[in-house]
Amino acid sequence: MEFFDKLKQRYRYSVILLRQLVITDFKIRYKSSVLGYVWTLLRPLALFLVLYVVFVKFLKVGASIPHYAVYLLLGVVFWNYFVEVTMNGVSAIVGKGDLLRKMAFPRYVVVVAGSFSALISLIINLFVFAVFMVINGVPFSLNILWLIPLILELFIFSLSVAFILSALFVRFRDINYIWEVVLQAGFYATPILYPIALVYNMSPIVAKIMMLNPVAQIIQDARHLVITPVAVNIGGIYGNSYARLIPITIVVVFVAVGVSYFRKKSPSFAEEI
Amino acid sequence: MTDEIAISVNSVSKNFKLPHERADSVKSLFINPFNKNRKKFESQHTLRNISFDIKKGEFFGIVGRNGSGKSTLLKIIAGIYQPNKGNVSINGRLVPFIELGVGFNPELTGRENVYLNGALLGFSEKEVDNKFSAIVEFAELERFMDQKLKNFSSGMQVRLAFSVATILAESDILLIDEVLAVGDADFQRKCFNYFRKLKKDKKTVIFVTHDMDAVREYCDRAAFIEDSKLVEISDPDSIAQRYTKLFMENTDKEVNLLSADEKRWGLGIIKTRAVKIELTDYTIKIKHTIKSTDYIDGFVAGIRIRSASGVGITGTNSKLERIKLGSISAENELNIEWSLPNVLADGRYYVDAAINGLDGVEVYDWWDEAASISIKKDRAVPYLIDPGFKVNIIKGD
Repeated sequence: MEFFDKLKQRYRYSVILLRQLVITDFKIRYKSSVLGYVWTLLRPLALFLVLYVVFVKFLKVGASIPHYAVYLLLGVVFWNYFVEVTMNGVSAIVGKGDLLRKMAFPRYVVVVAGSFSALISLIINLFVFAVFMVINGVPFSLNILWLIPLILELFIFSLSVAFILSALFVRFRDINYIWEVVLQAGFYATPILYPIALVYNMSPIVAKIMMLNPVAQIIQDARHLVITPVAVNIGGIYGNSYARLIPITIVVVFVAVGVSYFRKKSPSFAEEI
Repeated sequence: MTDEIAISVNSVSKNFKLPHERADSVKSLFINPFNKNRKKFESQHTLRNISFDIKKGEFFGIVGRNGSGKSTLLKIIAGIYQPNKGNVSINGRLVPFIELGVGFNPELTGRENVYLNGALLGFSEKEVDNKFSAIVEFAELERFMDQKLKNFSSGMQVRLAFSVATILAESDILLIDEVLAVGDADFQRKCFNYFRKLKKDKKTVIFVTHDMDAVREYCDRAAFIEDSKLVEISDPDSIAQRYTKLFMENTDKEVNLLSADEKRWGLGIIKTRAVKIELTDYTIKIKHTIKSTDYIDGFVAGIRIRSASGVGITGTNSKLERIKLGSISAENELNIEWSLPNVLADGRYYVDAAINGLDGVEVYDWWDEAASISIKKDRAVPYLIDPGFKVNIIKGD
């Protein structure tokens, strides 16, 4: 009990601040836009619609997979979360420069706040996803609970990347452009709009490498468990479900690198910005 | 650190790296990774080996010229900058006021900003809830709290920020960085009242300022920082004197510059040639010599006395004194002697001299700081006026 009290005392300021920053961020995000919070839903839905029309209707991608629309939507929603957290992350520290120069607060709070705001959007989007599941006649099962550890993994991975990017951006101001390009390439290098099986049929090696990407592993696991077993996950690609440990190890490495790099750099943020 | 000590600064040094060419973009890293020039930087020392302790309940002033390093020291104590050497230990909860209204967001309402600002100062929603009405009342903004901050005037914003800071931050240790520099007279009065309350409540306060009157009135001790070094820690009086002296030496050196800067302007048909001060224990005589370059049919001449920090203390002009300064022909001189009882307190003052047209609109020669007065009295009071008091003690039967 005493241990928890100490923990509470130590992180009291961070929690108070985090809460207010998330609330503030959510309040002003869509200020003076007509549709307001509807945009939280519209942005991924619009991307989904474009991809659906172009790739599914015209190019007939994914004809082999049942409920492909829902399958595509889940990928888009998860990817969208990763993009939002990391793009917010790039400017999180530099954007709060004024604050950093005048107050001493735990620097990581502003990065974490950005990822919580995105998490709220993700959860809202998952409700829309559930509606699509019903419309599409995808059967619900207890497997849907698997989304919780998968989202946790995605949360941790995105946050670690955001930590690294935010600290780098303080010194190197072209990180944002580089990261935009990386994300664009990443969108196609991750099996979001095409089935990974397609890649596997062409080149098993490439498919194996692609599945090491934690975001790819998370998306495919989620699809496999929630939508249809036809969606191949990393276990299916490697023929061994322990293969999942490789992307999870990558996540752990990112956490270690992200946290230690950020901790090392954060004391000098105020003077370097 | 004993319980008596609130803040202990132990041999703190800080230098900032000022790179000649910084690898601000990844490109320069890639193009020339082995270029040795890239790593070249100048090291600018802002603080050298500073140590002192501040006792609990002490009102501690830090004074020094601009760029001497005092604000950096405050930021290190606040934990915003990390020292290169040494450390700072703090015994109690510390709230820094480096600036009022940090983190205020114009898109949020007054109410929302109070909670945000409170969180930044480390106060939970519940804690803010309890004091919310007191904050609003003190800021006198009851009717505006649900309006967006961007619709507040700047004066209202300052009031709100000050109110949040002072009502909420009832912590043990406060760092205050020249908050007084902003705001109108009414606001400054509020600030001073707040300082008195802090003193009464025995809070530990570190106060960085240029205002020697405030140092004299509020501080128990003060530190003088010059050229990144801690030169002296002493009673506020001697520190204030040392600071003022420093300032005097400076103005004497720069006296030639005065005529070339914005301190003097006007049409110049008629000019102040010289302003000389004659001082006795009881009177101040200001000799004002005026010379015209052209025939002028009447004008108004006046003087004004200001404190070293620029506060107007008194002044007059020929019109106020109901004296008619008639016509003056070209290349003629006129001497006016303004005298007043020497009621000024110990310290340094400036005399501004002005010559205007009869309508009071046309400026012939306006000269700020045309002369300075150094008043030496056998005592220092933290006010601008020290007329000498007669004190009678009347005993009861």
